Amino acid sequence: MSSTATAAGPLVRVRDLVKHFPITRGIIVQRKIGAVRAVDGVSFELQRGETLGLVGETGCGKTTTAKLIMRLLDATAGEIDFEGTDITRARGARLKAIRREVQMIFQDPFSSLNPRKTIGSIIGEPFAIHGLLPDRDERRREVRRLMETVGLNPEHYNRYPHEFSGGQRQRIGVARALALSPKLLIADEPVSALDVSIQAQVLNLLRDLQRRLGLTIVFIAHDLSVVRHMCDRVAVMYLGKIVEIGPNEAVYEFPRHPYTGALLAAVPVADPSLHGQERRLLSGDVPSPANPPSGCRFHTRCPKAQALCSAQEPGLEDKGSGTLVACHYPLSREEVAQIGVRSAR
Amino acid sequence: MSEPLLRVEDLRVEFPTEDGLVHAVDGITYQVYKGRTLGIVGESGSGKTVSSLTTLGLTRRQGARISGRILFEGKDLVTLPEDELRAIRGNDIAMIFQDPLSSLHPLYRVGRQLTEAVRAHRDVSKAQARERAVELLGLVGIPDPSRRVDAYPHEFSGGMRQRAMIAMALANEPKLLIADEPTTALDVTVQAQILALMERLQRELEMAIVIITHDLGVVAEMADDIAVMYAGRIVETASAARVFAFPEHPYTWGLLKSIPRLDAQRGEDLVPIPGTPPSLISPPSGCHFHPRCPYVQPDHARIDPQLQPVPEEPSHHVACLLESGVRKRLWAQLGAGRTPEEALVEVGLPAPPGAPV
Repeated sequence: MSSTATAAGPLVRVRDLVKHFPITRGIIVQRKIGAVRAVDGVSFELQRGETLGLVGETGCGKTTTAKLIMRLLDATAGEIDFEGTDITRARGARLKAIRREVQMIFQDPFSSLNPRKTIGSIIGEPFAIHGLLPDRDERRREVRRLMETVGLNPEHYNRYPHEFSGGQRQRIGVARALALSPKLLIADEPVSALDVSIQAQVLNLLRDLQRRLGLTIVFIAHDLSVVRHMCDRVAVMYLGKIVEIGPNEAVYEFPRHPYTGALLAAVPVADPSLHGQERRLLSGDVPSPANPPSGCRFHTRCPKAQALCSAQEPGLEDKGSGTLVACHYPLSREEVAQIGVRSAR
Repeated sequence: MSEPLLRVEDLRVEFPTEDGLVHAVDGITYQVYKGRTLGIVGESGSGKTVSSLTTLGLTRRQGARISGRILFEGKDLVTLPEDELRAIRGNDIAMIFQDPLSSLHPLYRVGRQLTEAVRAHRDVSKAQARERAVELLGLVGIPDPSRRVDAYPHEFSGGMRQRAMIAMALANEPKLLIADEPTTALDVTVQAQILALMERLQRELEMAIVIITHDLGVVAEMADDIAVMYAGRIVETASAARVFAFPEHPYTWGLLKSIPRLDAQRGEDLVPIPGTPPSLISPPSGCHFHPRCPYVQPDHARIDPQLQPVPEEPSHHVACLLESGVRKRLWAQLGAGRTPEEALVEVGLPAPPGAPV
């Protein structure tokens, strides 16, 4: 892709991104009777070299957001500016060029690798797709180098995925994602399918690669301890919207949105002496994204909700503690302590 | 302490396969007491699920070779005839599985599945059983239970399905509840609700709980006692407080050091356990953990460690060939942020030959 775009400034600007999935009725003539508002007006920027964590419960739109950035889905509205090109509208050669720059690591290392291909050809496939390194020896050399980068033995070039353990397979996925030296890496739950003892290996690898290669990473995970460990900034999503975004320390030490607070209070901590400590738990389930609540979408579960919350939707604003928060009545420090946020300082 | 409700003695479960004999559970012993919770921690393939399935007699049909004893109220569940076991299963001992969607029948209403569980063990009318089903759904916190009882599983959210599963397990007020990764598929907020629910019900019904999980956070929240399993064996067992404060097995250290913690300082490096869990067909010689252990000494590949009490605490057992004093010094070094290699030097142990990188 051309380097005419600004080298400084954010790598990606996401503005008012919307993705609605139509709900249809009828088999032959499909009538649209509604929409699942998976992503419903999301804006954020990705700085070069930073790791942004996307967290939230199942169905909050974090994976859909990632797929929109990958252009695996077409956006309903909004734009994703990647170094001067709008990913949502790019086509043909332009799109192919962007796809080289944005790569993804998937959750399940068992279904994301073709069992009939050797890992050498799996890792080398991005070169084939983009018509790079046509020389066989050269490609092989590059694949071996990638295997070494992610801690795989290059001698295993001709082995098949089933000969590898879960952690090693995830390394294969990482090597494939790194093949084209992308600027942006999207990691969607990259360790949640792995055993505890293996998780740390992959997390350390990603952190190490990020430092060495200066990668920009979007890190999606439901495990808030893992996100805290990995990310520079964190965005908390609820029902298709970002409810709080800010630097890691600010979000974890002084969460302002009652939803962020509730998420952090719910994380089990490996310390039995904290057992019995007062915690406030959220009740109920996430409402349907096909019919989200009026005003602030969290008001139906929010312990602090007032009349204003169901009437008027709060915008993302700076409430003086370093994060942007979409809440009419953000948490105070006393309240953060009361609800039992274990990372509060 | 009083008599244990469940006493597992030297339990071994082996599965013959085409590739050889899988030693899924390799001689484990533990007790569970009324009103208390035992947490069994381990990775996939450590034998934690197989041992619990065997307690309910659910591995019999898979051709498992079972030896040892599982004593529940004076009966040995290993040798108990199937019809007597069936009277206990779902009645005195109930189980919650990880995946509520595949454990509920998709074509039957939730209420019908609940009444079935009640009527299997109680001689009650359909109307009474239905009443009980509504009561159970209310007990586990499903809103509007008298209407929800007629819903199908797919109409429930993940959290509600897990609650329905718990309701089913509780249908006959079991004395022992075995929960196998009960919250692994759930979001943190729902997980916290389910764990709180299990604790409340335990208090009200004085149940004993065995919770099986790989999540150290969950066991810290729930368990009174912990057994850490590795390759079909228990390698460390003690009260939860001791396992987290004074762990003595290198595998337990590895688990504790490889998870990022919300209450710790950020930026601490994770110390992964090198290598991968071993094959259960031909487990490593000597100490099963020795190929992955950073503190391995030459004779550890030869000698098989037994669970031994630590000197100052007879209820804390560890299966490790290092001396307890050495282990304590190593853990102190790790606690001070040193790497396993640095800790070895500080404690004055020789670095293992061909140490895992």
